[in-house]
Amino acid sequence: MADKPDFSLSDIDGIERSFPTGQPTLICFVKEDCATCNLAAPVLQAYHEAFGGAANVWMIGQEAAGNTVLKSRHGLTLPILDDSRLLTSLAWDFESVPALYWIGADGEMLTHFEGFIREEWQALDQSISQALEVKASKVEWSDYPEWRPGCGSMHLDPEVNDRLRAEADNSPIRARKIEVAAADDVAEFMFDQGFSDGLPLVPPTPERVMRMLSGTRRDAQEVIAQMPPNMGDATIEKIAINAVMAGCKPEYLPVVIAAIEAVCTDEFNIHGVMATTMGASPVLVVNGPIREKIGMNMGLMALGSGNRANATIGRAVRLAVRNIGGSKPGGTDRSTLGNPMKLTMCFAEWEERSPWDPLHVERGFAAEDSVVTVFAMTSGPVNIVDQESRAPDEIAGTIGMGLEAMFLPKYHMMPVDSLLVVCPEHLDTLLRDGAYSKDRLRDRIQEVTKKPLREMVANDISGAGMTRAVAANLSDEKLDQLVPKFASKDYIHMVVAGSDAGKFSAAFHGWVTGAMGSSSVSRKIED
Amino acid sequence: MTLILDPTDERVPVERQITPRTGTVSGVVGLMDIRKPRGNILLDELEALISDKLPGVEVRRYAKPTFTKPCPDDLRTQMKAECDFVIEALAD
Repeated sequence: MADKPDFSLSDIDGIERSFPTGQPTLICFVKEDCATCNLAAPVLQAYHEAFGGAANVWMIGQEAAGNTVLKSRHGLTLPILDDSRLLTSLAWDFESVPALYWIGADGEMLTHFEGFIREEWQALDQSISQALEVKASKVEWSDYPEWRPGCGSMHLDPEVNDRLRAEADNSPIRARKIEVAAADDVAEFMFDQGFSDGLPLVPPTPERVMRMLSGTRRDAQEVIAQMPPNMGDATIEKIAINAVMAGCKPEYLPVVIAAIEAVCTDEFNIHGVMATTMGASPVLVVNGPIREKIGMNMGLMALGSGNRANATIGRAVRLAVRNIGGSKPGGTDRSTLGNPMKLTMCFAEWEERSPWDPLHVERGFAAEDSVVTVFAMTSGPVNIVDQESRAPDEIAGTIGMGLEAMFLPKYHMMPVDSLLVVCPEHLDTLLRDGAYSKDRLRDRIQEVTKKPLREMVANDISGAGMTRAVAANLSDEKLDQLVPKFASKDYIHMVVAGSDAGKFSAAFHGWVTGAMGSSSVSRKIED
Repeated sequence: MTLILDPTDERVPVERQITPRTGTVSGVVGLMDIRKPRGNILLDELEALISDKLPGVEVRRYAKPTFTKPCPDDLRTQMKAECDFVIEALAD
């Protein structure tokens, strides 16, 4: 059996008692309101009287006031040590009291049991007397019941256990602790410190952060990314702190971690995404079994409010970028207007509602993988309304016309991502005559958005687009050439989400797609 | 008293010190284009002004690959080695 951790505790008379002692030692953890502990107390006193000359016999109580009660109730004279902070109980790692340990002079643990099984206590009495070569105790074993269960140790009480683990020597918590004075309002304090996105935060107490960390198997100090612009170390612990503030449950944490890994890649370029005056922000799409496991919304109001997982996962990522990376409005976030996606934008794809390969499968993952995909988007969701079309190509045409709004209808041949969210009713219309692939929809979008190049030239209505000077050098034939909205259909990403009622699809509009700006990134979500 | 954990990278802000001003411009002046539209036009004008008013000063031009990403370390090191002064054209 493994050696037990050192401790130093005061007994009821104020004498400091330290372990290891260099002598044989019997230690029993108890609590006053446990009937079995009260059953055992006279036995421990008898052990003390029999063996106290050659060994230490200590009772360790879990409440200071309870120790006094036990002493007077049972007329105890053995040392009663105070572990009301419960840190020794936590370190010794038992489940119920009384928890008894018989330890040799060299610190080796010889016997350990919990609760009261008369045979065990009686056998120990014999073995100690033999080992110490003294008489056994004067306990009348026949007066005692054969068996009584122990009570749960106080250090395992859910109300205190997370705090204890956070305070323990081997705690995974390394973050700077901030004491907020009793007179200060914690919520106001966090606003004042600049931690908030403008909405109230859940205070990241050590207990809450410990519970959040239980959502992942990863080491709390693992650095998963250096987050610009400060290049701050994004540790699992720091991410957990921000996830607590955002309102996440522990089971959401793996999604938040994977999303932060994704946004911190060079391809995604979170620095540029945050800094641009255009007001870009990450849009998170979640695929795979984790959607159901953590209760994400992919149906009614999937892109709106009301679902905790959708709302808080997106917010946790943004808070981490703000607090760990240091990207703040007016600092390196220079958005002209910004948009609500800067607070949060995360949803799940309703994979089961369509015959299409879901987003993560299209991007090379297995269907049973859980995956988060991040897109840098500047607008959205922008509704695409069509309640009249009844033919597949009609609804596909509508979706194309809707996407033409991206940036400015006049702009064509755009090397920019869009993320299309097809609603179930529009999907049903697409499929009413049989298969209608995602690629066919992409082709249809490109087909219906074709316009002569001359319509892109700056004119009296709008000076945007191709400059008059460039256009002047082009032939009529060139200016009559038809060009689609997107430079390639690969820029059109699509997922299915939304309720079964309503003919309203939606699109998110991208930023600068590619190596000069941002590319979408997918990451597998691991426990 | 409530205890909370610091959600930031715990960087203690260091106040940036301004390099001492010499009162004169000499040596090499780097002109840095971060690749925002029309930054080059501003820098062309500046280069003409410097050549006109400070004939003894050498002007060198630099450009970041893209304004959307931080300046590559190599370029920053090169400018530091080659220039006595740097003027950066920000925004459009």
